[in-house]
Amino acid sequence: MTGPLHWILQVGAITKFGLLSIPQRRGAVTATVIGVAGVVAVLVGVLSIAAGFQKVMAVSGSPDSAIVLRSGADSEMVSGFGRDQTRVIGDAPGVARNDRGPLSSAELFVIINLPKRATGLDANVPLRGIESAAWQVRDDMQIVQGRMFEWGKDEVIVGSGAAREFAGLNVGSKIKVGRYEWPVVGVFSAKGGVPESEIWSDAKVLQAAYNRGDSFQSVRVRLNSPGAFQEFKDSLTSNPQLNVKVIRQSDYYVEQSETLTRLIATLGFLIAFLMAIGAVFSALNTMYSAVAARTREIATLRALGFGSGAVVVSLLIEALLLAVVGGVIGGSLAYLAFNNLHTSTMNFQSFSQVAFAFQVTPRLLVRGVVWAAVIGLIGGLFPAIRAARLPVALALREL
Amino acid sequence: MNESGTDNGALVHVDGVGKVFHRGSEDIHVLTDLHLQVPAGEFLALMGPSGSGKTTLLNLIGGLDRPTEGSVTIAGESVHQLSDRRLAGWRARHIGFVFQLYNLMPTLTTERNVELPLLLTHLSKSERKKHVAAALAMVGLSHRAGHYPRTLSGGEQQRAGIARGIVTDPTLLLCDEPTGDLDRKAGDEILKLLHALNREHGKTIIMVTHDPHAPARAARTVYLNKGQLSSEPLA
Ligand SMILES: Nc1ncnc2c1ncn2[C@@H]1O[C@H](COP(=O)(O)OP(=O)(O)O)[C@@H](O)[C@H]1O
Ligand SMILES: [Mg+2]
Repeated sequence: MTGPLHWILQVGAITKFGLLSIPQRRGAVTATVIGVAGVVAVLVGVLSIAAGFQKVMAVSGSPDSAIVLRSGADSEMVSGFGRDQTRVIGDAPGVARNDRGPLSSAELFVIINLPKRATGLDANVPLRGIESAAWQVRDDMQIVQGRMFEWGKDEVIVGSGAAREFAGLNVGSKIKVGRYEWPVVGVFSAKGGVPESEIWSDAKVLQAAYNRGDSFQSVRVRLNSPGAFQEFKDSLTSNPQLNVKVIRQSDYYVEQSETLTRLIATLGFLIAFLMAIGAVFSALNTMYSAVAARTREIATLRALGFGSGAVVVSLLIEALLLAVVGGVIGGSLAYLAFNNLHTSTMNFQSFSQVAFAFQVTPRLLVRGVVWAAVIGLIGGLFPAIRAARLPVALALREL
Repeated sequence: MNESGTDNGALVHVDGVGKVFHRGSEDIHVLTDLHLQVPAGEFLALMGPSGSGKTTLLNLIGGLDRPTEGSVTIAGESVHQLSDRRLAGWRARHIGFVFQLYNLMPTLTTERNVELPLLLTHLSKSERKKHVAAALAMVGLSHRAGHYPRTLSGGEQQRAGIARGIVTDPTLLLCDEPTGDLDRKAGDEILKLLHALNREHGKTIIMVTHDPHAPARAARTVYLNKGQLSSEPLA
């Protein structure tokens, strides 16, 4: 009667009755499994949006590149430099060079309106004017269709994410930029990073179109090494000619994505939490009815000498199993429905659209199943305690 | 045999037991200063009108409930003083229960039902199998070992219930109206089976019953009325 092995045998036997009696309680059991599946699907689904957005941001910046903005500017939108300043920045120590000079791209950033393919509604799309080093200060840039624009010509190339999300961004079609119509001559990729959501043109051409004179909004540089960042930063911030802030590109994108990912995650948790409360009640109902339906069975087992602890544990296991089954179903549904689903959203920090894909990561799935397990345990606990406290003699009189 | 509690050789000693139930503000005195001794190897029938407290007394002896007053001692163990946890283990070792409605697990086959109490012992799987086979043979149900309870007749289900009650070879077999839900023929067969278990296998049995054929099979019959036992039915 003692010893863990015998106790496990008892628990196993009672658990088995519970599971075998599930067909007789089909309705309540199904409701619970579906309830938990719904919670997990929503949780995993919403958090996969945040994970997808974060992933885009995370692959966008490498630690050996930096972005320079005017001091006090949170984004390129509100930053500005003259040509003389961008030159000083490019010549600063720590900046990598090739035979054509420093790997430094002074860039212009404007926003144009284009209709989304999915909704037909206009959204903000970033249009960036670049210098030739733009290809070196970013990672894994590649033309995947068409060709690069010709310098000095009214032409644009578009990121593959933007091409997917917005109407009219095909090689051969034209986009309206202010008073002009510029042909799209190529599509580029950036390993899934933020540039893929942008449209690029020659900075000089864009300056002229927008009457910006010879001004820029940001400078991006490739550093000699990640360790060269401090030297580069110090030389710029100590230069009285300049009034700038210097950020590693990797940090910049993390910062850019923070508000949105936090918002999405909070929203996801909130919705999932509210649904989880509902699911707990469903689980409670199922397990209370399980206990009620099996009162005489449980009392009989207790009369035969089965312990109340074994009854509690086996009911908890049953609730846990039901909930985890629901969790796995919900996680699978979320995976099938959402994983790699492409979409785009407004990034509040740049006021423009970022294209990304939902990411149902293994970590999210594990998190979903953990939620399911917690729901099951809470839903099973009180009915299990009730079953254990059942006075045996009284329960045997029932029915 | 006397009812006064001086026979110290008895297996079951019920001494001065009182049992009061509370229903709302009302106290229900079901048993008052009740004495009973059952020697090992006896087959005792416990009769009395419905609601007289027969089940209550059986539950006290079987450790399913505690007396309000007095003591229940079985094979030297003061049952009424055991903790709930110890009581469960004690029941597993010493008591076999047979219920009026059989109380078999519908989702288990006959042999799995009979095996249940053995899960509380240290027997290996193969030993359990042997014990189950022996118990089923004793009640004449070997041919139904793999069947589910719902496919058995009432009499067969009660045989399965009895097999489950005796499979651990308990000190005491307690039956609460074992023939109460059976027709005459099946009821008589169950009485005959209990009689044989007592005679041929030496089982000590206490049987609560309404069955008029029970006194003929039992070694002794006592009658419960107004909370007390007597050896004569009330006129
Ligand atoms: N748990 C309980 N609470 C209140 N009253 C009870 C309880 N158990 C039994 N009784 C009452 O005690 C009396 C005796 O019941 P019982 O022992 O079942 O009688 P019998 O088995 O002889 O028919 C009945 O009046 C019954 O209603
Ligand atoms: Mg009764």
